[in-house]
Amino acid sequence: MRVARQIGQRLVTALPSVAGVIVVTFLLTRILPGDTAAYFAGPAATPAAIEEIRARLGLDQTLPVQFLRYVGDLARGDFGASLTTGQPVLADITARLPASAELVLVALVLAVAIAVPLGIIAALKERSLIDHACRVVATAGVSLPVFFTGLLLVYVFYYILGWAPSPLGRLDVFASAPPTASGFFLIDSLLAGDVETFRATLAQLVLPAATLAIFALAPIARMTRGAMLSVLGSDFVRTARAAGLSPNTVVMGYAFRNAVLPVITTLGMVFSFLLGASVLVEKVFAWPGIGSYAVEALIASDYAPVQGFVLVMAVLYLLLNLCIDILYGLIDPRVRIDA
Amino acid sequence: MSAAGISEARAASGLTATLQHARHVITENPVTGFAFALFLLLVVTAILGPSLVPYDPLATDSSASLRPPSARHWFGTDQLGRDIFSRVVVATRLDMIIAVTSVAVVFAAGGLAGIAAGYFGGWTDRIVGRLADTIMAFPLFVLAMGIVAALGNTVTNIVIATAVVNFPLYARLARAEANIRRDAGFVMAARLSGNTDLRILLFHILPNILPIMVVQMSLTMGYAILNAAGLSFIGLGVRPPTPEWGIMVAEGAAGIISGEWWVALFPGLTLMGAVFCFNLLGDGVRDIVDPQRRT
Amino acid sequence: MDKMPLLDVRDLTVEFATRRGAVRAVDQIDLSVMRGEILGIVGESGSGKSVTSYAVMRILDRAGRIAEGSISFSGMALQTLPESQMRDLRGREMSMVFQNPRAALNPIRKIGRQIEDVLLRHAQATRTDARAKSIAMLDRVRIARPEERYDAYPFELSGGMCQRVVIALALACRPQLLIADEPTTGLDVTTQKAVMELMVELTRERRMAAILITHDLGLAAAYCDTVMVMEKGKVVESAPSADIFSAPTHPYTKRLLQATPKPGSVLRDLVMDPQPEPPPPARPIQPGRILDVRGLVKTYGANNAVDGIDLHVDRGESVGLVGESGCGKSTTSMMIMRLLDPSDGSIQFDGQEIGAVPARAFATHPMRKRIQMVFQDPTDSLNPRFTAERAIADPIQRMGGSIRRDALRARCEELATLVGLPVHLLDRFPHQMSGGQKARVGIARAIALNPDLVILDEPTAALDVSVQAVVLNLLQDLKISLGMSYLFVSHDLHVVRLLCDRVIVMRAGKIVEQGTAEQVLEAPTAAYTRELIAAVPHPPT
Repeated sequence: MRVARQIGQRLVTALPSVAGVIVVTFLLTRILPGDTAAYFAGPAATPAAIEEIRARLGLDQTLPVQFLRYVGDLARGDFGASLTTGQPVLADITARLPASAELVLVALVLAVAIAVPLGIIAALKERSLIDHACRVVATAGVSLPVFFTGLLLVYVFYYILGWAPSPLGRLDVFASAPPTASGFFLIDSLLAGDVETFRATLAQLVLPAATLAIFALAPIARMTRGAMLSVLGSDFVRTARAAGLSPNTVVMGYAFRNAVLPVITTLGMVFSFLLGASVLVEKVFAWPGIGSYAVEALIASDYAPVQGFVLVMAVLYLLLNLCIDILYGLIDPRVRIDA
Repeated sequence: MSAAGISEARAASGLTATLQHARHVITENPVTGFAFALFLLLVVTAILGPSLVPYDPLATDSSASLRPPSARHWFGTDQLGRDIFSRVVVATRLDMIIAVTSVAVVFAAGGLAGIAAGYFGGWTDRIVGRLADTIMAFPLFVLAMGIVAALGNTVTNIVIATAVVNFPLYARLARAEANIRRDAGFVMAARLSGNTDLRILLFHILPNILPIMVVQMSLTMGYAILNAAGLSFIGLGVRPPTPEWGIMVAEGAAGIISGEWWVALFPGLTLMGAVFCFNLLGDGVRDIVDPQRRT
Repeated sequence: MDKMPLLDVRDLTVEFATRRGAVRAVDQIDLSVMRGEILGIVGESGSGKSVTSYAVMRILDRAGRIAEGSISFSGMALQTLPESQMRDLRGREMSMVFQNPRAALNPIRKIGRQIEDVLLRHAQATRTDARAKSIAMLDRVRIARPEERYDAYPFELSGGMCQRVVIALALACRPQLLIADEPTTGLDVTTQKAVMELMVELTRERRMAAILITHDLGLAAAYCDTVMVMEKGKVVESAPSADIFSAPTHPYTKRLLQATPKPGSVLRDLVMDPQPEPPPPARPIQPGRILDVRGLVKTYGANNAVDGIDLHVDRGESVGLVGESGCGKSTTSMMIMRLLDPSDGSIQFDGQEIGAVPARAFATHPMRKRIQMVFQDPTDSLNPRFTAERAIADPIQRMGGSIRRDALRARCEELATLVGLPVHLLDRFPHQMSGGQKARVGIARAIALNPDLVILDEPTAALDVSVQAVVLNLLQDLKISLGMSYLFVSHDLHVVRLLCDRVIVMRAGKIVEQGTAEQVLEAPTAAYTRELIAAVPHPPT
């Protein structure tokens, strides 16, 4: 009950951000250089078509009226239509979203699974070889341009070693997608009991997910190490040690549970990086997600999909931050009272 | 004026002390020293690069396309037979200019807005906070894409987009640092000494925050370069045939699965090296400007 | 009673590895504690008293190590005991209570569970009876409604309550030795008394040995059987506490004892050498009121932090404003200082109403230079990027009219000499100075423009007792020679009595008693004042 109320309260506090996101995406469509209608109509449109679009978009009206129209359209799920695919933008994005989500989530799990233990060990063995190694890996990871990492991995594991399948999409051309349940091929193929497809999916997923994970590794490992170091030096850990608690209880039960709080906060920033970087990774691996959809639209000067993409990404990111806040509240009793 | 006199004298002795400390840090920590050397190399390349390169970075030569690295072409040639080494060197200036300008812009704008928000609180704080929150509500790279797409495909707009997406980072940092110092004893003492709000902000709070902001600056330099390169990788901002590291990696991407690794590798490695250098430098700068560690 | 000491430390030397090589924090000390005995280890900051206790518990941080010596605890040689056996001893046979109780507890774990962790670890409870035992322990340290409090988190409890929980945690497994490291520092004096009495009662009742580590000689003497005085890592004196007080032998102990304010002592007594130079010439003072405060109120939300108080300060007078944390004394001083706007009431300074001038605009008010302040924390109150000279020069440059650069330097040197700050230190930054030196810079800055009223906000709370003695004397001399008035905000009745003519006692935003210092301290009328006075530790006489 209390948790439900907290979630409700947190949802309310997210509303100004949603409003901000809508205002910004609206403004982005109005500050297009030159004639916005011509921009939306695409490069090959006739003057008549441009006029029609101008009227349809309401660009002949005042800004507040345009804004209300825009909000109204969004509320009805009308994000405009893509010139390249001819489909409504929302339908395109919904169809491609699971591909992006699967990629980003797998990458995140991979990054957390490696970075958190690495950070803990580095903190426990401060200034040891593993600590220095952790620092170098972290700094190098954050310095690697994701698109370049992706290309390097492809070159090594596909071209030279031949271990990975060709970097073209979620499944190789001869395999067929599993029946859609969640849209996540890993889950759907397991649900269908299709081990072959599962393996094929996993094989396609490993390189792009690893690329993203390498990028996300650094901030998580750094934050884990820093948080662990500060908690291990804190008074209550000293109390726990002076009370003779076992090292395991002290490190995992006392120190880590406290250190995980700033790490959870960092996850918000990591998601921001991941969602942005996923666009580049999708382009490198021809991954049929919303990022590559937006990039294709950008190249074709097809503007509505880009707008829809920015909006959807922002909403997704808001939702992720919401989850992070709720998770934080579940662990830290101090936040529960404040809320 | 007497005040200026004292501050100048102090600044001079402070500068010598800083230089001495900088030398100490560089000699003590070879990694930082290495980063400084790399940084100097980048700066020199950015300034002198175009006049040193062996080939015209834009000159095509269809008879020499996709040559692997050799004594003639150290980094090989691309599809159009252009010398990759020359292109990588010449690109340094553009990438550095984008990074430096965007960081300088956001440093001034975000820093000032944040300090004012943290010190005055109230409406100033709410407006700056709301602005930062709104920007932070987007995944940053995605917002940068949106901005460049909307404003138009130019280098200036890449600079603007990079500055905008970094604004919350600076504003929030400056706000937090100003806010904890707002009620510090030395700020109250400054008020008792007859300092106005503006004086307190500029002469008491700002000098204490500046070092932290400078560290932030060198850390975001790396991110700014990555951001710009990422945008041009997906075809935003810098346009061919202009040499730029991100776009050169994009041009070489197709060659990766057919074995022409050098087209993408060298610009990619250079890009990585530059970002790595700035990240290491950030750690080094932190050691230098932290007065607690100065002995 | 057996004759073997429970804890016997011989030639203990502890070294810390630093950038400049090994530093000896503790240098060949001996100590022993019998069962049923309470030993006090007294020393100023950096004396090595805490390090000694960490060495005994073997919880030194990574840089520290026991270089030589032996630690024998009920026949076991602790310095060579494997870490796993040491862990079994900690919490079960020997426990520790720390300073800053709120930070000493895991912030995100229920306090009852934290006690259970220790009980379960040392097999003093099983899964089934752990909860009951934990609640019983909370009850034992006199925490009201222990069943409810079992589920509380540290941030929901007061500092005093947290310290009781830490004591419960330390004593849960009935150890033989309890080490308390500054257990009441930062707590109010009434809370301090309650915590100390609880701790002594429990250790006596269980016939435990205990070590109390403190900077407060009075506290040690009041509660310990034996007192050991440490200075710079060495033991300078060790004797039964009554003897230490009546007949200290070592010069350092004498100085320390002398510097500790106690009932009946006079300000001049606090410093060792009787003033070599005669007291400074007094500046003549015209009688009259310098400050008159009426009906002052500060409201935060629904409650009044300051609830309609009246007070006044005459020219040349020192008035003490005393109370425990949260009583509103700091809020009052901030309002008089015009750093905070009052919700209601008037503040008249030298016959002129200044309470209505907004705090933000007061920086340029002509009265600004006439009311100054010395802050509690000398480190926090100095700009880390300003040298001592620039800090002292700041008010002169802002409010002292135009002044030439060499004249300004001369004035800074004059002020430095006045407050006893060596002139060559004027070019130093705060982090290059000691606490006492920083306090002097803060005082020089406050008196730079000869103010009429100086508010002293716990000016010596962050200083060692010997430094405090010197600073208090300095303040007294300055007051007389410059003809200033003081409003002295403090929690320490003894210190207030030394410096003040009149004392005002505050509680919960109201004044409960005021009168001459003698009157209030010797014959208090309010029950709260009596409680405050009784709570101050009394050394054996």
